[in-house]
Amino acid sequence: MRHLLSTKDLSRAEAIQILDIAEDMADVQTREVKKLPTLRGKTVVNLFFEDSTRTRISFEAAAKRLSADVINFAAKGSSVSKGESLKDTAQTLAAMGADGVVIRHHASGAPQVLAQSDWIDAGVVNAGDGTHEHPTQALLDAFTMRRRLHPGASRGKDLDGVSVVIVGDILHSRVARSNLWLLRALGAQVTFVAPATLVPVGASTWPVELSFDLDATLAATRPDVLMMLRIQSERMNAAYFPNAREYARQWGLSDERLARLRPDSIVMHPGPMNRGLEISAGAADSTQSTVLEQVANGVSIRMAVLYLLLSGEREALS
Amino acid sequence: MTRESTAPNGRYLLKGATLPNGDGADILIEGGRIVSTGTGAADAATTVIDAAGLVALPGLVDLHTHLREPGFEQSETVLTGTRAAAAGGFTAVFAMANTLPVSDTAGVVEQVQALGQAAGYATVRPIGAVTVGLAGELLSEIGAMAQSRAAVRVFSDDGKCVHDSLLMRRALEYVKTFDGVVAQHSQDPRLTENAQMNEGALSSELGLKGWPAVAEESIIARDVLLAEHVGARLHICHLSTAGSVDVVRWAKARGIQVTAEATPHHLLLTEELIRSYDARYKVNPPLRRDEDVQALRAGVADGTIDIIATDHAPHPRESKECEWDAAAFGMVGLESALPVVQTALVDTGLLDWADVARVLSNQPARIGRLTGHSHSFENGAAANITLVDPAARSVFELDRLHGKSTNTPYEGVTLSGSVRWTFHQGFPTLRDGVLADTAETATAAREFARSQEVNA
Repeated sequence: MRHLLSTKDLSRAEAIQILDIAEDMADVQTREVKKLPTLRGKTVVNLFFEDSTRTRISFEAAAKRLSADVINFAAKGSSVSKGESLKDTAQTLAAMGADGVVIRHHASGAPQVLAQSDWIDAGVVNAGDGTHEHPTQALLDAFTMRRRLHPGASRGKDLDGVSVVIVGDILHSRVARSNLWLLRALGAQVTFVAPATLVPVGASTWPVELSFDLDATLAATRPDVLMMLRIQSERMNAAYFPNAREYARQWGLSDERLARLRPDSIVMHPGPMNRGLEISAGAADSTQSTVLEQVANGVSIRMAVLYLLLSGEREALS
Repeated sequence: MTRESTAPNGRYLLKGATLPNGDGADILIEGGRIVSTGTGAADAATTVIDAAGLVALPGLVDLHTHLREPGFEQSETVLTGTRAAAAGGFTAVFAMANTLPVSDTAGVVEQVQALGQAAGYATVRPIGAVTVGLAGELLSEIGAMAQSRAAVRVFSDDGKCVHDSLLMRRALEYVKTFDGVVAQHSQDPRLTENAQMNEGALSSELGLKGWPAVAEESIIARDVLLAEHVGARLHICHLSTAGSVDVVRWAKARGIQVTAEATPHHLLLTEELIRSYDARYKVNPPLRRDEDVQALRAGVADGTIDIIATDHAPHPRESKECEWDAAAFGMVGLESALPVVQTALVDTGLLDWADVARVLSNQPARIGRLTGHSHSFENGAAANITLVDPAARSVFELDRLHGKSTNTPYEGVTLSGSVRWTFHQGFPTLRDGVLADTAETATAAREFARSQEVNA
């Protein structure tokens, strides 16, 4: 694998390979010494044009546990905020000898532009671009599902027949897009639930069930996985829905809706959560919630991705 | 064939050319005029050009060019833009008003016109802004621009839509006073805030903010009804959707005085190219679906769309070498226009060469009230002539570009047709694919202008 830009490009075999390597990485995390020497001497740059402490520290922990040197480059307060172009930033990093670039950018496609350019030769990991994709989030979500569905025996497994319902701001969600493509590759059935204003135009042509009605979908699907997406307050100001109360009433995961789920259904959220808006405190803190597992699994997944991109096996796998 | 001695009063015999109607003819040019078409004999003072196999078109006229001067000379100047025009077979270009300062006063449009005349590569007709500073609030001095030496007849806020309905009504009415036309950039601003590409399944997949077809179609629908109500002419710039073609077809059937243009890129390229996030494909209005491309082609073929105009929009490299959202909208198009039209419309059997003469020369000249360019090779017509080799077929490369900017979407694309010769006012600005020298062209233009004064 040369770059990880999108889950749309991943085959089932490639996805399972990443998840299985992440299992190995997770095993390392249970040891007393959590560090592997694999990427010693390699330099990974976290190039963040958009604030995201959670994702940045997850990648930082992953790179450090593989013994890579890590440089954090935040656009705020740097030359980028003074108008430096992506090209100049990339060439600067290339001159410093970056082997891998983990990029978070507000513009969709920026990681792909970087990967296609001749500005830098490093492997590029998309850590979230605009409203396009967030592939490592989808991989860690699939990893979390697989572990819950096949405790202690998840290696090599796909997600054939697993039903996943994703609720919320699909329109602006790179998590929803990356999850859809990856979950489909792994064999899962996906339903998006959202008000019509937050369903992307043309989504009816995607391999997904669309629904406006959360209660009807939960009753009909009895899903294995219910994933709640974060609602951002600026969406209310842009008239995507009237107000927070109405949203929570129609599309929030309340305690009452939680009680109607199958006892073995899992509740996921990519974080950070708006408690009381898209998810109640009771649901967030229930035993069905995987929110903290997702965070822990994120490090394992990112270790696996950096390993595949930057270790010696990089050529063999491409 | 010789390349020296090209005084404006020189004699040229274009031997064995094919006229748009398919007839073969020898075209004799002298003193900037067509002297005869038929079978001509050459004397020693005549430069004979072997035009066998070449199609002779009336000089191409682009109703929609961004020359960028004054204000954005790093992208293009009147000189470099008209060199690109000559290389593409154009003998007249209408220069859009979004310069800096905006072309909203007689002083600016006269300057642009004078720069064009001095350069000599093509007739430059400035377009005046509809509103002061393109701000969409106050009408600009339309009368002064119309009566200036630039004799402006086309008014446009292109790049921005005259979106206020009352202001658009007044503009249509007021411009009618001067036999002008409003060329509308049809884009509802609220429906396209921060829009990046055609809205549909692909924009949703790529996470790029959508520019919905309805934002264009609703403005066109409103404007044709306004034009009908006030009895004014309306021209629609760069129409891009199947729905827009339907609205214009309906309006024409109703007898509304509306004309419409399509760009070469909207007749050939689709939004699928944007999967690369390569900002060379970023343009406004955006590339649409294949269904739209086919509907536009049908619209050109049946006359619903009157003309093809380039929307030549040069940008410096840094405006395209960046992430998609940060990139500028626009493509250069003067040098590629004729090959794209041949590839998309002639090779596919939708247009013949008489149609090409209509959509790329006669109709744009008529809409813009431009004289001397809309001819049928009759004796005495101004010698604005383009010779095209329709048998040529080649990969488009950057060395075909002669303006300052290289933001073409066609690099590496195989296109039919090649412009070989361009005559502007009887002077060959393009000679078997080679542009005439800048100083020589300027001198020829000066002498031609002087000869016109003497004759007048």
